[in-house]
Amino acid sequence: MQAKERNVVRYAGYVLFTVLGFLAAILINWLFPQMDKTVTFQSYQTIFGKMDAGTLLRIVLVILVIGFTVSGALAFRDEEKRKKYIDRAKFRFAMGILIAVLDITGTKMKILPQPFFPGPAEILAPFLEEGDFILTNTLYSLRLYIFGFSFGVLFGIGTGILIGWFEKAYYWISPVLNIAGVIPAVAWMPFALTLFPTPFTAAVFLIVICAWFPIASLTAMGIQSTPRAQYEAAKILGGNTAYLLFHEAIPNAMPQIFTGISTANANAFTTLVMAEMLGQPGGLGYYINLAKVWSSYYKVFAAILIMAVLFSIILKLVGRIEKYVLRWQRGIVK
Amino acid sequence: MILKIEHVNRQYTEDERSVEVLRDINLELKEGEFVSIIGTSGCGKTTLLRLITGLDKANEGRILFQGEEVASPHYKRGYIFQQHNLFQWLTVEKNVAAGLKARHVFKENRQNIQKYIDLVGLKGFEKSYPHQLSGGMAQRVAIARALINEPELLVLDEPMGALDSFTRADIQDKLLEIRKEKNLTMLLVTHDVDEAVYMSDRIVIMTPRPGKINEIIDVKIPYPRNRGGVEFLSLRRKLLEKFDLANAQPQPEYMI
Ligand SMILES: Nc1ncnc2c1ncn2[C@@H]1O[C@H](COP(=O)(O)OP(=O)(O)O)[C@@H](O)[C@H]1O
Ligand SMILES: [Mg+2]
Repeated sequence: MQAKERNVVRYAGYVLFTVLGFLAAILINWLFPQMDKTVTFQSYQTIFGKMDAGTLLRIVLVILVIGFTVSGALAFRDEEKRKKYIDRAKFRFAMGILIAVLDITGTKMKILPQPFFPGPAEILAPFLEEGDFILTNTLYSLRLYIFGFSFGVLFGIGTGILIGWFEKAYYWISPVLNIAGVIPAVAWMPFALTLFPTPFTAAVFLIVICAWFPIASLTAMGIQSTPRAQYEAAKILGGNTAYLLFHEAIPNAMPQIFTGISTANANAFTTLVMAEMLGQPGGLGYYINLAKVWSSYYKVFAAILIMAVLFSIILKLVGRIEKYVLRWQRGIVK
Repeated sequence: MILKIEHVNRQYTEDERSVEVLRDINLELKEGEFVSIIGTSGCGKTTLLRLITGLDKANEGRILFQGEEVASPHYKRGYIFQQHNLFQWLTVEKNVAAGLKARHVFKENRQNIQKYIDLVGLKGFEKSYPHQLSGGMAQRVAIARALINEPELLVLDEPMGALDSFTRADIQDKLLEIRKEKNLTMLLVTHDVDEAVYMSDRIVIMTPRPGKINEIIDVKIPYPRNRGGVEFLSLRRKLLEKFDLANAQPQPEYMI
């Protein structure tokens, strides 16, 4: 019983350690004097009342503190999650300290080269300044990604099945795929812009093709690698050709299909941002371009911050789906 | 006669050289009969089973199953592979149900799934995946998967080769039980003389290069058989002697 209590106390120590950096950052932002007088934070009307970027930073930090405390408490029951949480404590502490240091050097004293290294509060300022505009552009990127990527996955798996299953299709399509696959999708941008009715559909097309190639070739490889014995087992049980394809070849190819999807995801993020920078009427890439024109580097950082969060969430979601679909692999040593 | 094998020859061409694997195989199986084939490794046992199931074709001769020539695999001829060959991405339950799904008779037979899982003693493992099972359990899933199709002939290719002797004895009894209950004809390939004597009505001895049937021995010991009984042991000894004679050219031990 006593040992258990000691464990609880020790774990609570780790939770405190995790949030300590962020707490320090809050205090620094609040108490450290603004020594460089060129920096002024404007107040903006928000749904939560009038607020300036410094306040927003403290709110974000408070949310992080609460979030990590709650997630720490939730992780306590599960041994694996608890270990992971303890393992990350150092890193999260360092993150908080880093924010505090950047706040001092970037904003409070402005000793970093300006305007390239804005402090954390300044990076959050655009959300107050033009939150609606940022949201519109984020949604534009998201819509582009969803359309482009889902069609890419669909066509990729479809093509992969064709060339993996039919020898004729393999003979005719795979060389084309291999050659076209090495060309970065944005190279097609000029054609895409003239061939498609809107810039949006042109960008969707680019994302589709950049996702298509890795998924198609890995799907095909997965299908072709199905052991003959597995087909024979299905034939003995009375399976026809459709059964062999849909219940043998495709499930067997699933791990490789997901490898293709991961590669495609990385491609899609790159293509998405490049396409937006090269000629889209919206999106985070477009927003970065605009900001750069006005040398508003703090806005560039704000856009990068959103990308980091957005793309991480997408990767997490895809990872979840993969884990579910490939649950039969859990425990197999790879 | 449920199965008739008539003058079957099988050659493979390897590097433009023809290799004779089976020569003039003749064998008949009565309904409900249990026949074992024993022979050294490489004497063509698996090849013969593949011909019977329709996974492979003979160069000469023919194989009749219920009076009809075997042309392609059919679920009425069940096959237990040397490696269990389960579908890795399906649970035990779904592996067993695979035959029903493949034949589009899942709905009307779904109640049988649990029955066959229970029959092979895997109650409680319905939701497990193949990699979570031991070799013996996996092989039992393979047996349930074959049985749910209610085959009329079940051919088994050294299904217990990789199992420990306790698991092996357990599955042997299970198979005899099933055979009795369903009057199922079984053809078992084994390299274990004890196993052959314990289970079979008849034992076929094959010799290699080229693979041919050397002798067929009737086993007249009543079931259930006692592994320590006098008749059992004397037949076992007789078989081992024949086996040595049949393979007169010295065979290195590890070949078996
Ligand atoms: N597809 C094939 N192509 C060429 N040779 C084969 C093929 N299948 C089997 N053989 C040969 O036939 C012989 C018998 O094989 P097999 O039937 O697997 O023997 P067993 O099951 O008795 O150990 C072996 O020498 C093997 O090399
Ligand atoms: Mg064999």
